[in-house]
Amino acid sequence: MKFRIYRYDPEKDARPYTRDYDVELAPTDRMLLDALVRLKSVDETLSFRRSCREGVCGSDAMNINGKNGLACITNLRELREPVVLKPLPGLPVIRDLVVDMSQFFKQYHSIKPYLVNETPPPEKERLQSPEDREELDGLYECILCACCSTSCPSFWWNPDKFVGPAGLLQAYRFIADSRDEAVNDRLDDLEDPYRLFRCYSIMNCVDVCPKGLNPTRAIGKIRDLLVKRAV
Amino acid sequence: MSALPVRRFDAIIVGAGGSGMRASLALAEAGLSVAVLSKVFPTRSHTVAAQGGIGAALGNMSEDSWLWHMYDTIKGSDWLGDQDAIEYMCRMAPKVVYELEHFGMPFDRNPDGTIYQRPFGGHMANFGEKPVQRACAAADRTGHALVHTLYQRNVRAHTQFFVEWMALDLIRDADGDVLGVVAYEMETGEVMILQAKATIFATGGAGRIFAASTNAFINTGDGLGMTARADIPLQDMEFWQFHPTGVAGAGVLITEGVRGEGGILLNCNGERFMERYAPNAKDLASRDVVSRSMDQEIKEGRGCGPHKDHVLLKLDHLGPEVILKRLPSIREIAIKFANVDPIKEPIPVVPTIHYQMGGIPTNVHGQVVAPNDGDDRAVVNGFYAVGECACVSVHGANRLGTNSLLDLVVFGRAAGEFIVGQRLDRESHKPLPKGAGEAALARLARIDGNAGGEGTAAIATDLRNSMQTHCGVYRNQALLSEGVAKVMEIEARAQRVTLSDKSRTFNTARVEALELDNLVETAKATIVSAEARRESRGAQARSDHPERDDTNWLKHSLWYRDGNRLAYKSVNMKPLSVDAFPPKARTY
Repeated sequence: MKFRIYRYDPEKDARPYTRDYDVELAPTDRMLLDALVRLKSVDETLSFRRSCREGVCGSDAMNINGKNGLACITNLRELREPVVLKPLPGLPVIRDLVVDMSQFFKQYHSIKPYLVNETPPPEKERLQSPEDREELDGLYECILCACCSTSCPSFWWNPDKFVGPAGLLQAYRFIADSRDEAVNDRLDDLEDPYRLFRCYSIMNCVDVCPKGLNPTRAIGKIRDLLVKRAV
Repeated sequence: MSALPVRRFDAIIVGAGGSGMRASLALAEAGLSVAVLSKVFPTRSHTVAAQGGIGAALGNMSEDSWLWHMYDTIKGSDWLGDQDAIEYMCRMAPKVVYELEHFGMPFDRNPDGTIYQRPFGGHMANFGEKPVQRACAAADRTGHALVHTLYQRNVRAHTQFFVEWMALDLIRDADGDVLGVVAYEMETGEVMILQAKATIFATGGAGRIFAASTNAFINTGDGLGMTARADIPLQDMEFWQFHPTGVAGAGVLITEGVRGEGGILLNCNGERFMERYAPNAKDLASRDVVSRSMDQEIKEGRGCGPHKDHVLLKLDHLGPEVILKRLPSIREIAIKFANVDPIKEPIPVVPTIHYQMGGIPTNVHGQVVAPNDGDDRAVVNGFYAVGECACVSVHGANRLGTNSLLDLVVFGRAAGEFIVGQRLDRESHKPLPKGAGEAALARLARIDGNAGGEGTAAIATDLRNSMQTHCGVYRNQALLSEGVAKVMEIEARAQRVTLSDKSRTFNTARVEALELDNLVETAKATIVSAEARRESRGAQARSDHPERDDTNWLKHSLWYRDGNRLAYKSVNMKPLSVDAFPPKARTY
């Protein structure tokens, strides 16, 4: 199978280049990550992140034939050749397919990604109805792979000011939690021309999310709450 | 002293999965300076892949008791678990689960608002009488929900993380005290000493010593390798759990929660064969029992598929509603990795390496213990281990499903609180020994300087295949003896491993070569301990010694790297407050 892969090692390369590979795959190689691991056994200089190999840890996000996705759950049969692999767009490249995700995590941290509840807890669990719990479905499953934020033009332009789809999805995960007591503070924090309102509903995030989540819808719900609060 | 830069903390934690982050939370919230090192961003730790639940006798579904949980755990362990530690874990279970809920963990809920609990293998009411719903679940993503919640809570506590740092070796002084680790920053290739008054290993399991494993790539036994190289023994390493339901060919885990929700295993005749092997618990017998039954069915020609090499996990009868609500990720995995939609078709499954019951020996405070001066359980000062890399021992010869997440949180918390109680802020750091870090630097220099040997991938593949062939579900003397010889040959090859990439920048090839040393130590500990234990107990099934032998083998193995030798220590049969559960026949 043929691959065309972005290569860059700042110690050796003046600038990035692409390198073509033709790899003989085994019948058991099902996913793109299987092919990358096989490729690395031939050329161990190729660097990429990987861990769980089943789509839950979010390590191996990359740009695959022009679209962000996870290598470990991308079936090789669905890919046209040569398979063009690039690092996630918009973030500084450390080496090859490895990007510096500091800016992405900085935005995630900026939304206070933890439950705020200062009421002393009961001896047992806080009660939550199944309906209230259902509000968290489609939100808490995020794996922080950054496929969404790095496919978002608004995040490319303002990665320091716009929270981005991943961070906003998590902001809404806490806003929507019946146990959270900081909804107003959270809304105050997002009522900002950049932090929330740089989302122009381009919906690349929805298109690429490997977990099938919908950040645009969550952002819409935050906007609705801001409108409701204003009237 | 070596010229390495040094940074000092009250405590350092190696590993940022469930146990490491529960410990760091206790330490950071108490105001200690704590650094957590991880090869991956914390939420990418392998805890994220746990699916089915965390065990605790909350009694939300029907009457339950921590004492029944304790009995099930001891029986599950085939009486090799230490009963003091098991009592501690089962009694603490409800408290730690409520804490997780208070931290914001999104558990599924019952109509009355309490945490939803599902049935799981070996979870029984009234000392083995009938199944009970004890597994507290967040759909089939309990580990994901847990590790993200703990990370979030650590963000709130301002815990300091060293992301994509790999610990290379422990630093011990002449008294044997542990003073920290030498660590390698993956992005830059920098090497540094991280010195601490308490060093906590939370490095997880080492399932990657086998070819077919549910484990992530990062699970290479780094903590075990570092411990073995520091002359501290590894305990009960022969006990490796095969999870009954890994996707055939892919190895990806399918939670026992599928059977908890009512899924059943079928052979090629469409027979629910577990009814023959475990008439009472059936498909929800303990994992070792189910895995051996599946292996037996396949060996006797009743496997499924063209090669008759797997069995089927049927769950379509649960209906789309239950599958979509309670098992959504399982459906995703089955579609992606087995080409079947479990709403309509059964999933092909085989027993797959999943969990290491053994590890670094500790007491209930997480303190590492090793024989010294006639004391079997002498504390190694400054050194702690929690989670899968530790052996406290609550899982004995076979772990119950959902007790892994529980172990992480209970003992991560216990170690953290114990260290807080030590008032480390009042102590100063001991001086580093002369030459601290030299062994790690020598290891790096060896890997970078070798020429003419093989690459990491070829050696690691041979190691995994050898372990798979010689240390599988059923073992015997000839198979194990040959396996020991093969692993020792592979160790010699690993010494000469040759690196073609010498870059300092994010050199994953160098990381894999460093991991190979740890895989080799773990594999040696495993197969040498397995060869020596001439009985069948829990996950160690010897076809040449099919019975459990309490007279000679009711004892923990201790493997020492130095001389590749074994010692043994007694099982603690004295619980903390209740009567002991003496060994008896184990049937489900």
